[in-house]
Amino acid sequence: MEQQLPVFIVGAPLLFSVIVPILGRKWRLSAFVIAVGTVAVSAVASALSLERVLRDGTFRYYLGGWEPPVGIEWVIDEVSAVVSLVVTSVSLLVVISTRRWAEREAGDRPGIFYGLVLLLLAGLTGIVITGDLFNLFVFLEIASLAAYGLVFIGGRRAMLAGFRYLIIGSIGGAFYLLGVGFIYFATGTLNMIEARQLLEEAESVRAVQVGAVFIFTGLGLKMALVPMHLWLPDAYEHAPSSVNSLIAPVMTKVAAYAMLRMFLSVFPAGYLSGTVPIADALLILGLVGIVFGSVAAAGQTDIRRMLAYSSISQLAFIAVGIGLGTPLALAAALLHVVNHAAMKATLFLATASVRFRVGLQRTHNLAGLGPRMPLTMGAFAVGSVAMVGIPPTAGFFSKWYMVQAGVAEGQWVVVAVVLLSSLLTAVYLFKVLEQVYLRPAKPEPSAHHNDEHDSPADSAVQPAEQEAMRPVVERAREAPLDVWLPIVLLGAATVVLGVLNVVIMEHVLLPGVEVS
Amino acid sequence: MNETTASALPLAAVLVPVGAALLASLTTGRWPNLRDAWATLAGIAMVVIAVLMLTDTLDGRIHRTVLLELSPGIDVALRADPAGMIFGLLVSVLWVLAGVYAVGYMRGEHEQKQTRFFAAFALSIAAAAGVALAENLLTFVLFYELLSLFTYPLVTHRETETALVAGRKYLAYTLSGGLMLIGATAWLHVLGVDATFTAGGFLGGVELDSATQWGLFVLLAGGVGVKAGVMPLHSWLPSAMVAPTPVSALLHAVAVVKAGVFGMVRVGVFVFGAALLDDMGAWLVLAVMSAGTLLIASILALRHDNLKRRLAYSTISHLSYIVLGVALIGPLALTGALLHIVGHGVTKITLFFVAGAIHVRTHKENVSELDGIGRQMPITMGSFALASLSMVGIPPFILFTSKLYLGWGAVEVGQQAFLMVYLVSGLIASGYLFPIVIRAFLRSSPDHTRYGEADVRMVAPIAVTAVLALVWGIAPDLPLGFFELASTVADAAFPQSVALAGGTS
Repeated sequence: MEQQLPVFIVGAPLLFSVIVPILGRKWRLSAFVIAVGTVAVSAVASALSLERVLRDGTFRYYLGGWEPPVGIEWVIDEVSAVVSLVVTSVSLLVVISTRRWAEREAGDRPGIFYGLVLLLLAGLTGIVITGDLFNLFVFLEIASLAAYGLVFIGGRRAMLAGFRYLIIGSIGGAFYLLGVGFIYFATGTLNMIEARQLLEEAESVRAVQVGAVFIFTGLGLKMALVPMHLWLPDAYEHAPSSVNSLIAPVMTKVAAYAMLRMFLSVFPAGYLSGTVPIADALLILGLVGIVFGSVAAAGQTDIRRMLAYSSISQLAFIAVGIGLGTPLALAAALLHVVNHAAMKATLFLATASVRFRVGLQRTHNLAGLGPRMPLTMGAFAVGSVAMVGIPPTAGFFSKWYMVQAGVAEGQWVVVAVVLLSSLLTAVYLFKVLEQVYLRPAKPEPSAHHNDEHDSPADSAVQPAEQEAMRPVVERAREAPLDVWLPIVLLGAATVVLGVLNVVIMEHVLLPGVEVS
Repeated sequence: MNETTASALPLAAVLVPVGAALLASLTTGRWPNLRDAWATLAGIAMVVIAVLMLTDTLDGRIHRTVLLELSPGIDVALRADPAGMIFGLLVSVLWVLAGVYAVGYMRGEHEQKQTRFFAAFALSIAAAAGVALAENLLTFVLFYELLSLFTYPLVTHRETETALVAGRKYLAYTLSGGLMLIGATAWLHVLGVDATFTAGGFLGGVELDSATQWGLFVLLAGGVGVKAGVMPLHSWLPSAMVAPTPVSALLHAVAVVKAGVFGMVRVGVFVFGAALLDDMGAWLVLAVMSAGTLLIASILALRHDNLKRRLAYSTISHLSYIVLGVALIGPLALTGALLHIVGHGVTKITLFFVAGAIHVRTHKENVSELDGIGRQMPITMGSFALASLSMVGIPPFILFTSKLYLGWGAVEVGQQAFLMVYLVSGLIASGYLFPIVIRAFLRSSPDHTRYGEADVRMVAPIAVTAVLALVWGIAPDLPLGFFELASTVADAAFPQSVALAGGTS
C-alpha cells in the first residue's frame, strides 16, 4: 500500500478529472463533493509520502513496474514530497473556499469546472514527483491546458488574456521539449538521474548546453520570469476569482519548482556556469524581476493585477535563490515556494471573498471594509505582513536565509535587493491596508480607467441587494463560514510556517537539497 | 559572576500585555470600563513580575526563558539582565500610569475606535518588553520589528490625511531600520558569530577585517539609530506627533525611542564593546553625530510654537544625550546614559501628559496660547514646571544626576568638548521650556474662560510622574534599584575600571 502512494497523489485527480464531468452533468453538487474528496486523497497521500521519506529516505515508483530506462520513474524525496503536500493542501482549501463563486462563474457546468481543476492538480503533482524529463513535459502540458480552460471560463476579456496565456505557454512548452530533445540526443536517456550521471561523465557537450538554454527559457516563460512575464497580469486579472486563487499560489510555483529540479537533479554545475552562464542569468533576471514586479505592483489600482505583479516579484525571488545555487540558497528558494503558496493563497482568496461580497476590486474602493469583514480582512492583513516579512511570519524567513546565502557568497547586490524588496512590498500592501482599515467608506465607488468591474451594477452583487443610496462597502457582511474558514486557516499558516520554519528547513529542505 | 536560572517570568512579562490586548479586543467598546481596566491591571501585573525578577537580577541570578529555535542554532530567548531590567522596569511602571492617563484622554477627546487603540497600545508594550529582555540579536530584531508594526495603527489612529502620511513615513523609516538590523544579523550568523548579548561585546574576541567591522557597525548603529532619532534619521519623530498624546507620551517619548537608544546601548556595549569601538574609532563617528543631533535638535526646539512638536525636538535632543553617553565608552558615561534613559522617560512623559491635558481641557496646542494657564490648571502646570526643571538639569532632579554622570564621564575619558555640548544643550533646554512655565504662571490669560483641572485620571498620573522625577533624582535606587542596575551594567562592561566606578557610587 505504502509503495503505491504516488499513484494516489497523481492518479486520483487524473482519474476523477474524467469522471467528474460525467457525474456533474446529472448531479451538480456531486462535482464539488468528488473534487474535494479527490484533492483530499491526494493531500493525504502527499502527507503520508512525506512521512515515509522522513523515515526511510527517498523512494521511487516505477509506473507499471517498468524500470528505467524503459519505463517512467516517479521520485519521492523530501523536496518533492513537501512541495506536493503544499500544492495539494493549498488547493484543497482554495477549492472549498471558492465553491460559492465557482457556482456563479462556472454557470451550469460545474462538472467541467471541477474536472479541469482536478486535471490541473494532476498535472501539477505530476510535475512535482516525476523523475523523467519527458514525463515532466507531459504533465506540464496537462496542467497548462487545464489552466487555459479555467481562465477561459472568465468570459470575453478572459478569452483574450487566456489566448495570450495559451500562445506564450505553448511556446514555453515547446522550448522545454526542444531542450529535452537535445539532452536525449546527447545522452540517450530521459531519466533525470541517468541523464545527470551521463552528463557528469561527458564534460560540456555543446548540444547539451543549447538544450539547457532551451529548457531554462521554456521554464522561465512558465514561471513568468522577467522579461517573460507579460502573459501573467492579464491572465490573473481576467480569470474568474475561483481560478486565479488557485493558479496564482500554485501554478507558477510549480514551474519554479521544475526549474529548481533541473538544477538539483539534471544539470551538473559545469553546464550552468560555463560558456553559457545560466545561473548568473537567472540571478540577474531575478534581481531585476524583484524590483520590477514590486514597483509595477505599487502602480496598480486593480488589486488582482497588483497581486499578479507581486507574484512576478516573488517568483523572481525564487529565481535568485536558484541562481545563487548554494544549498542554503536553494533551500531558501524552496522555503519561499512553500511560504509564498500560503501567503498568496490568503491574499487572493481574501480578494475573491471581497469581490464575492461587494463586487469591488479597485484598491481605492476598499475603504472602510476592515471592520465589516473582520475575518477575511484580518487574514489579508496577516498575509500582507507575512509578505512584507515581519518576523516571525513566514515571509521573514525566506528573506532571512536568502540574505545569509547572499552574504556567504559575497553577493552584496543580492543582499541589498532582497532586503529592499521587503520595503517595496510594504509600499503596495500597506497601501491596501491603509484603505481597508484607516479610511472611511466612500459614498460611491469611483470608476477609473473605463472600469467596468467596479460599478456595482455589473458586479457579482445581486441586483436585488442593491440599494443605490447606501455605499456598497457599508452593506458588506462577513463571508460565510465555508468561505472565511479556509482563508483564516491559510492566514494562520503564514504565521505557523514562520514559527516552525526550523523544522521545515532542518528536517526537510536542507537535507533534500543536499542529497540530490 | 552571573548565573542564569530557567524561569517563565521573562516570558510572562511579554505575554501579560499580549493578554491585555486580547482581553481588550474581546471586551470591546460594549463594556468600556472593563476594557480600559485590563491595561492598568496588566501594567500592575507587569510591574510585579519585573520586581520579582529585580532582586534576583541584582544578586546576579538572571531569569531566562528559552522559547523555541527560530533559525538553526538561534533560539528566541528572553533574559532579565541588568540592562534589560532598566528598560523593562521603566516601561512597565510608566505603562500603568499611561494606561490610566489614556482612559481620561481618549474619553475626554471622544476618540474613535478606542478598542483598537488600547489593543495596539498593549501589543506595543509587549514588543517593547521583548526588546528589553531579548537575549540575542535575532530575538531583539524580532521584537524591534513587531514594535514598528504595532505602533503603526497608533500613529495613524486619527485617520486624517496627515496621520496617514505620517504613518507611511513612520513605517518607511522604522522598517528600513529593521532591515538594516536583519542584514547585520544574517551577516553575523554567516560569520559564525554567536550573537548573544555579552557585556563587553561579543565581537570583542572575533577576528574580523576592518571593512566587515565597519559594515556591521553602520548596519547595526544605523538600524537602531532610526528609532533613536539620530540625525539625519530623525524626521519620522516630529511627524509621528500627529498621534493621540498618550501615544506620543509613552511610545514616542519612552517605548519606541527608548527601544532605539536601548538598542544603541546593546550595540555599543554588548555587541561591539568598548575595546573594539575604540580600536575602530567608531565611537568618534557616533559621538560627533549624536553631539550634532543634540545641539541642532535643541535649537530647532526653540523655534516651534506647537507644544508637542517642541517636545518632539527636545526628545530627539535628549535621545542623543544617551547615544553620546554610549559613544564616550567609559563606565561613568554609560551609567549616566542608562540613568538618562530612566530620567528622560519619566520627565518627558510628564511634559507630554501635560500637553495632552491642556489639549483636552482647552483645545490649545501652541505655546503662545498658554498665557495664564498655570493659574487655572495649577497641579498640571506645577508638574510641568517640576519636569522642566528636571529637563534642564537642575539639582536634585533625576536628569541632573544623569547629566552629572554623563558630563563626568566625558571628563573621565578626556573629552571635555563633549562636556561643553552637554552644558550648552542644558542651557538651550531652559530656553525652550522655561518660557512656557513663565507664560503659564506669570502672564494673565487673554480670554476669560475658566478652565479647571482636567479629569483626575489625567491629573494623577501627571503628578505622580513629576514627583517620581524628583524622588528618583534624590534616591535613584528607590525602590527599583535603577542606579544599582546601571552601575552593575557599567561594571560588567568595563571590568578593568571596577574600582573607579565603584568608588563613585
